[in-house]
Amino acid sequence: MHLPSASPRPSIYYNYQVFKPWLPTENGTQEKKKVVIVGAGPAGMVTALELARHGVASVVLASDLQFSQGSRAIVFTRRSMEILQQVGVAHRITENGLPWHCGNSIYRGQKVFRMETPIDPDDRFFPMINIQQQYLEEYLHDACEANPLIDFRWGNKLVHAEQAAGNVTAHVDTPAGPYQIETEWLVAADGGRSEIRSAMNLKLEGTSFESIFVIADIRIDLPYPTERLAFFDPDWNRGNTILMHKEPHGIWRVDYQLPPGETPEEALRPESLQARIDAQLKMIGFEGTPWEMDWSSVYSARTLTLPKYVHDRIVFTGDAAHLLPIFGVRGANTAFQDAQSLGWHMAYVVKGNAPEQLMQNHSDERVGAAREIITEAGKSTRFMAPPSRGFRLLRDAVLSLSLTEEFVRPLYHWRTSRPHEYKHSALNSLSDDNPQFTGGPALGAPPQNVQLQTDDFLLDHFGGGFDLVYVAHNQSIPKDLLQAVGQAKKSGCPLKFLVISQKNVDVTGADKTLYDPQQRFQIRYAVSAGGAYLFRPDQHVCARWLQLDASRLLSSLQLALMQ
Amino acid sequence: MNSTYTLDIAGLEQVYDRLATAIDEAGPEKSELFLVKLALLNAKAMGQPDLFEAQVEAALKDL
Repeated sequence: MHLPSASPRPSIYYNYQVFKPWLPTENGTQEKKKVVIVGAGPAGMVTALELARHGVASVVLASDLQFSQGSRAIVFTRRSMEILQQVGVAHRITENGLPWHCGNSIYRGQKVFRMETPIDPDDRFFPMINIQQQYLEEYLHDACEANPLIDFRWGNKLVHAEQAAGNVTAHVDTPAGPYQIETEWLVAADGGRSEIRSAMNLKLEGTSFESIFVIADIRIDLPYPTERLAFFDPDWNRGNTILMHKEPHGIWRVDYQLPPGETPEEALRPESLQARIDAQLKMIGFEGTPWEMDWSSVYSARTLTLPKYVHDRIVFTGDAAHLLPIFGVRGANTAFQDAQSLGWHMAYVVKGNAPEQLMQNHSDERVGAAREIITEAGKSTRFMAPPSRGFRLLRDAVLSLSLTEEFVRPLYHWRTSRPHEYKHSALNSLSDDNPQFTGGPALGAPPQNVQLQTDDFLLDHFGGGFDLVYVAHNQSIPKDLLQAVGQAKKSGCPLKFLVISQKNVDVTGADKTLYDPQQRFQIRYAVSAGGAYLFRPDQHVCARWLQLDASRLLSSLQLALMQ
Repeated sequence: MNSTYTLDIAGLEQVYDRLATAIDEAGPEKSELFLVKLALLNAKAMGQPDLFEAQVEAALKDL
């Protein structure tokens, strides 16, 4: 019998709701499911919402009866917000989060590096926004609850999963005892300590760094703007690094590295936490300012990934698939990209729009993304937490030089999470004009948002399938192109035909005319009339033409669906 | 490397003496840090990562 705690988790700012468990005794016989998702964190819920957006139902199993403990992931990137916009929760994060775009590196009391990420008027979202993970989970859960295609089951713990050809049996335990679900696909979104991964004896590849970091959330009134603060080698914690981030509700995240040899248990003792937080406050000039502890935890930097995410009908996603270092906000932000990719690939296979081989493409693309992130994050990690004597000497030499020498300061750059470009994707068109383009997002790249008019952005109009964005010439669309779009739709390919027009009049044949008086799309995408971009359901470019024609559109769509 | 600059014997002797006294100035605890800083400044002045790598290989010999 699985008996998750029914007492609300402690928090000084978040009111935990304890949900009622889903009990097999109160529900009838279970028919075979299309998809069962194990884990109700950001990766699991975004996967469910993406699947639903493409018309595929899923069951989400949440082991606990409430959202996760502590603030956990607190920094969300613009790309994450673009993904969350698609599943309908970005506006709630915008309403309640703290947006920011500057980071500061401080050494011996001097600001040795300041990174200011520009704010592009063509972007709807800030480069970064901070909000505690409980809120993100709450918003995602609200969206899941409102969606008839998502069957959310609190208090359901997966005990064992076994697969036979085309079928997975999930053995689930609940407060009313065990039951089984048969499903075509099972998504393991069960986090960094994935029990499904362990049970299948799958090994992560990569490096674990020895340094241990403490995360502590405190409520304190500090007169700083929302910016990232990184303190290197302070007097109270020689050789180590301290990070501070502002969160909503007057909460500050203090993140510090432990001296070698100290255990997590020692570090999390209240006296130890108090002494270090007091020392940090003293260093920044706020000794004696009252503060209150909310939550603390420890982590170590790891750059690990499974070499493949799709294992027959069991698919790993988010932290269950890879463990990425916290530097550069790569945990949840990578999970959103995983889930967005997984959602459409799996939905198209389940619905029969594409062969099962498409799932292999998902695995190849996302493993590639994880490996790129690992390379990038490895550089940050070697600077933030040097893994050897040599790396420590070099880091210390750079700290020392940075007080007077400009040229080393860019080494403080912290290489924020950015979306992977699927440059070598098997879905990229072989019959487009990609090499002839002089600008704009290339094949495989994520989209560049465009502000068409005040508060009206290109990506607001995307969603639900492939998006073909075509620049109209004289308010008209060639007949053979219209026929090709019709033919693709008739063959079952979810395709939205968005037509850019300089006039505020609907273009005949368009699913939607996008009024772009300033020709922003043409500028940002380096196309003129007759040109077009084809976006996959995850908004990445899979074909682009300086002049679109019907046959090249159809062949590119077929390739993207592996038909 | 800029071929207009060469290190003649007098120049080498000057570098030899200055480096020795600077290591003593830095002291036993900081001399390593000092040498790494110096190497980074030299690499910046040289502006050629490949040449730097060749120098690393030369310096690693016969330790």
